Amino acid sequence: MSRATKIDQLAGVAGRRDLDSDPDRAEDAGVSLAASAWRRLRRSPTFWVGAIVIGLFVLLAVIAPFIAPHDPALRMLESQVSRASNQLPPPQEGHPLGGDQYGRDLFSRVLLGSQQTLLVALLATVIGLGGGLVLGTLAGAFGGWVDSVVMRAVDVLLSIPSLLLAVSIGALFAQQTQFSVILAVAIVQIPIFARLLRGTMLSVRESDHVLAARALGVKRREIVFRHILPNSLGPVIVQSTLVLAMAILDAAALSFLGLGAADDSTPEWGQMLGNAQEFFDSQPHLAFWPAGCIVAVALGFTLVGESMREALDPRQRR
Amino acid sequence: MLRYAIRRVLQLALVVLVLSVLIFAWLRALPGGPVSALLGDRGTAEMRAELTEALGLNDPIFVQYFAFLGRAITGDFGTSTGVSPGKPALELFLERFPATIELGVAAILIALAAAIPLGYLAARRRGGWLDNAGIVVSMLGMSIPIFFLAFLLKYLLSIELGWLPTGGRQSAGIDATRITGFFVLDGLLTREWDAALDALKHLLLPAFALSSIPFAVIFRITRAAVIDVLDEDYVRTARSKGLTRRIIRDRHILRNAMLPVVTTVGLQTGALLSGAVLTETVFAWQGIGQALAIGFERKDFPVLQVVIIAAAMAYVLVNLVVDLSYAVIDPRIRAMQKVG
Amino acid sequence: MLQLGISRPRQFALIGLAGALVVSLAACAESDRGDGGGGEGGTFVFGAAGAPSNFDPFFASDGETFRVTRQMFEGLVGIKPGTAELEPELATAWEPSPDGKTWTFTLQEGVNFHDGTPFNADAVCKNFERMFNQTGAGATAALSYYWIENFGGFSDGANPSLYKSCTAENPTTVVLELTRFTARFPTMLSQDSFAMQSPQAMDEFGADDVTAQGDSFVFSEYARSHPTGTGPFTFGSYDEANGTIELQRNDNYWGEKAKLDRLIFRVIEDETARKQALEAGDIDGYDLPGPADWDSLQQDGFNLMIRDPFNILYLGITQRNNPALQNLKVRQALAYAIDRQSLVNAIMPENSEVAKEFYPSSVDGYADDVQEYPHDPERARQLLDEAGFPDLTVELWWPTQVTRPYMPNPQAIFGAIQEDLEQAGITVTPVSKPWAGGYLDQVEVADAQLFMLGWTGDYNSPANFIGTFFGTTENQFWTSGSPWGQELADALVDADSTVDAAQRETKYQEINRKLMAEYLPAIPLSHSPPAIVVASDVEGLVPSPLTKEEFATVSMSSSD
Repeated sequence: MSRATKIDQLAGVAGRRDLDSDPDRAEDAGVSLAASAWRRLRRSPTFWVGAIVIGLFVLLAVIAPFIAPHDPALRMLESQVSRASNQLPPPQEGHPLGGDQYGRDLFSRVLLGSQQTLLVALLATVIGLGGGLVLGTLAGAFGGWVDSVVMRAVDVLLSIPSLLLAVSIGALFAQQTQFSVILAVAIVQIPIFARLLRGTMLSVRESDHVLAARALGVKRREIVFRHILPNSLGPVIVQSTLVLAMAILDAAALSFLGLGAADDSTPEWGQMLGNAQEFFDSQPHLAFWPAGCIVAVALGFTLVGESMREALDPRQRR
Repeated sequence: MLRYAIRRVLQLALVVLVLSVLIFAWLRALPGGPVSALLGDRGTAEMRAELTEALGLNDPIFVQYFAFLGRAITGDFGTSTGVSPGKPALELFLERFPATIELGVAAILIALAAAIPLGYLAARRRGGWLDNAGIVVSMLGMSIPIFFLAFLLKYLLSIELGWLPTGGRQSAGIDATRITGFFVLDGLLTREWDAALDALKHLLLPAFALSSIPFAVIFRITRAAVIDVLDEDYVRTARSKGLTRRIIRDRHILRNAMLPVVTTVGLQTGALLSGAVLTETVFAWQGIGQALAIGFERKDFPVLQVVIIAAAMAYVLVNLVVDLSYAVIDPRIRAMQKVG
Repeated sequence: MLQLGISRPRQFALIGLAGALVVSLAACAESDRGDGGGGEGGTFVFGAAGAPSNFDPFFASDGETFRVTRQMFEGLVGIKPGTAELEPELATAWEPSPDGKTWTFTLQEGVNFHDGTPFNADAVCKNFERMFNQTGAGATAALSYYWIENFGGFSDGANPSLYKSCTAENPTTVVLELTRFTARFPTMLSQDSFAMQSPQAMDEFGADDVTAQGDSFVFSEYARSHPTGTGPFTFGSYDEANGTIELQRNDNYWGEKAKLDRLIFRVIEDETARKQALEAGDIDGYDLPGPADWDSLQQDGFNLMIRDPFNILYLGITQRNNPALQNLKVRQALAYAIDRQSLVNAIMPENSEVAKEFYPSSVDGYADDVQEYPHDPERARQLLDEAGFPDLTVELWWPTQVTRPYMPNPQAIFGAIQEDLEQAGITVTPVSKPWAGGYLDQVEVADAQLFMLGWTGDYNSPANFIGTFFGTTENQFWTSGSPWGQELADALVDADSTVDAAQRETKYQEINRKLMAEYLPAIPLSHSPPAIVVASDVEGLVPSPLTKEEFATVSMSSSD
């Protein structure tokens, strides 16, 4: 199971002290994994580019309600919309991007779309992580047949291509809402996180310094909080960052396939893009704005995630 | 090794069985169903009830499942009710699967042809403009919604420039003999050059759009692998021996760096299938991805069952082969698989 | 070293160049497209929105299947191109008995099926016997929808059937006996399902060999690859891997022969993809372009033909789950609240009309003087007050994942209705469900309170519209719960069995007046015209209000 293999590789990172052929080895010696990773990360331009992009979008999401000139659900330019002759409100005074197919202010929608989009990404990741945590811990803690059953179930889920799984779950809901999209995207991530967390825990538990701590008689509680948890976090953070990007793209794909939220009064970029597909030829700007935002924010998360992965595991650089 | 392989194959059988139960129950739990899809807005309540009964959809779900299993053993997986109504689902799958493979293979080939040279050059000039450009492009490839990329390409090359057809696998009404179901290959085999070229033209755009996924991965793996290999002792030794750069590249760097690349290609199967659902929809490509998208919309249970299970099987099988080859190549992985 | 280093990128650039070469080669070969037929009539490639279910029209009920079979098959009676009027086809004349139960058809002479079997009275009877004698899967609504809808039951007698018997008096005279009179006969025979098929071919390829298997149907060999009719085109092949269906000109056609050599249907499910295929010249036409594309298609030089509307979009009202909706005043308030004129202007396509009643004015029995409901939110509030529901709350259902000719943009229509209702002080709870994912299921069993649905007429008959909606009390509107539900159903049956045409007309007008003034079981919203678009070099296509185009008159003007 090779998506699994890839996950396992990431998980394996957690158990290692960083003693490879990195030029910084001397200064890293004896320094914790996280600290040495951060040292490398700090010097990575891709990380900073990504972080700045994400920062800007988060900032946008926070201030959007204050700077958005109009209510995104208000069909204020409806009189300028003609479905019959395919006319949409052009850019005009007070509406720098014009209106969308229902006469709503496109500029406000693009601005406010940042909120929903980041929310979808965040919730999907949190739910995926939470579900993964439960399953992974269950498997890791109980071991034995529980471990086998849970991990086989995880493997079954991992054997279905991710979008397919998301579509299957999305179709399960009687009413399509933003929540059903989030859940569909999130559930796909659960098996990935489960496998990652379990693998991480295993490799940390077996790692030299934990064994050493145990041999020295350090309390179990202290081992978990001082050693296992901090060292397990790295791979999880990396995966979560990448999942943030994936969630945004998957949500857009679901909308494109007609499984997006039916109610679009609260704007979300993926949904805006999916709903703009019939206007790709005639009104391309309807698609370009949300698409551009999606690409930018997904790129931000990918840059940060990948540079973190590289920093965490310089031997892999992938 | 053998035990490992046997265990994995058994595991595959289990996965398929479990999956078939899951999907069967899952589909029937979906709101709506084939009755709505079949009758549309013309069906009265009475007709709907009658049809639901005729299709056996009123039976308890396990009765339905065992009936399905019983027929499945004889090779009958039901007939399509929505994608291509009346067509046996297995037949539909077998007919459409080559289309998706053709698309996927073409995408991989394009990705390899572009990513390996780029990855190599990027690694050789680490930090140079090509390296940075390559990284940015590969990350962009991962960050752009693939259906949007497909639309852009289609708009530009098909509609604006008119160079390539907008969709489908071959022009309507072309005289083409079908042998394998891979249209380009069929054209070459039968020496129907027109048909082959026509099929190739139809293939280019969707394959290019789909290649954005494997391109990103292959590029970064090539780059990383080449960087790794460059640091290896045997390359240093070769260099100090004064071998020509070309020999070092071909014999030492590329050959060794290719191992992870080749195995990574297998890992892309799942991502390619996901991408195919979107690409095939945009380009009206008659593959299983499109069948899935339509199948969900029209609640075509038999087709969804066959396609999802078969796709998962193909995916698991490819990955099994990859993992096995991985294990053969690299003993470190073998050790790791014991953990997983 | 440096030199070598430069040569590497060059080598790789070659690979890129090779790729570019393939693209440009492909571009050069563009002109090869679609002229493999060689004859002067040319090839017409039409973009279909879905795969046909099979090629036996009797077992079909969807437009994509009929579009194909219509070119190969003919019925006893036909529809005059460009209209909804009846005209002779395989029967040259017909005569009813005074009680309207016995119909004598005179048949066209010298007609053969594609397989050479002569078309005669015997063949007609074999066709009707075949339809009447369906059993099992063949007798379910999924397959024999049109028979059940028009004739009722089958020979097993489980349900009463309109059909009684068929007698071949002589080779060119056939007598059909019905169990009762209906005004829909013989017009209903113009529907594609009742086309005449070769008895010989049906026997040979087991046409009735259709079974329900598990949760689906298996069609016969005949239906899959040997459809045999009398029409201007013969079946060529169905290339399923490529999604194309090829028909060829029937050179032995009894009437005016088709101009085209080949007629090809290409399945392109996605609407945007269809439009782009037309723009790029991959296809020569397609049906139902989205209204949003009409203008741009016309500007790009395509020949967009807007048919006369022959459909109805209505806001359905189910009286079952919301007691307020059982009150006529509340339903009237809803009608006043909705600004149908601006709905038609802003959202529906060009040439759409506000629906005054449940079918367009071109259908018999249309009454001009029905009660009308102009937009009047004040009046709506007032009526709600009078009815005792000043704070009315209703569910408004709308479907996702669908567009229909009468409902090109469900979400936009829903939005407009919602806004109008809210303006009249009504609280709207939106419910959206996928069309085949719960929407139809629940609407059909009267679970939705207010819902958007519609109908496209099959032929010119009020029974085909309001008869279908309200002819029985078991319907979406839950009219069985109304004191007038049965009355309405009875009136419809009575009107349909009235032999005298003028009397019948009066009865239907009366029903329409009552429907709009006293019953108001739903609110008619609009009639919207479906369009069909072809490339500029396509000539001779006659658009049909019933969306039943025949492509025999089509020709390609350019020589390539």
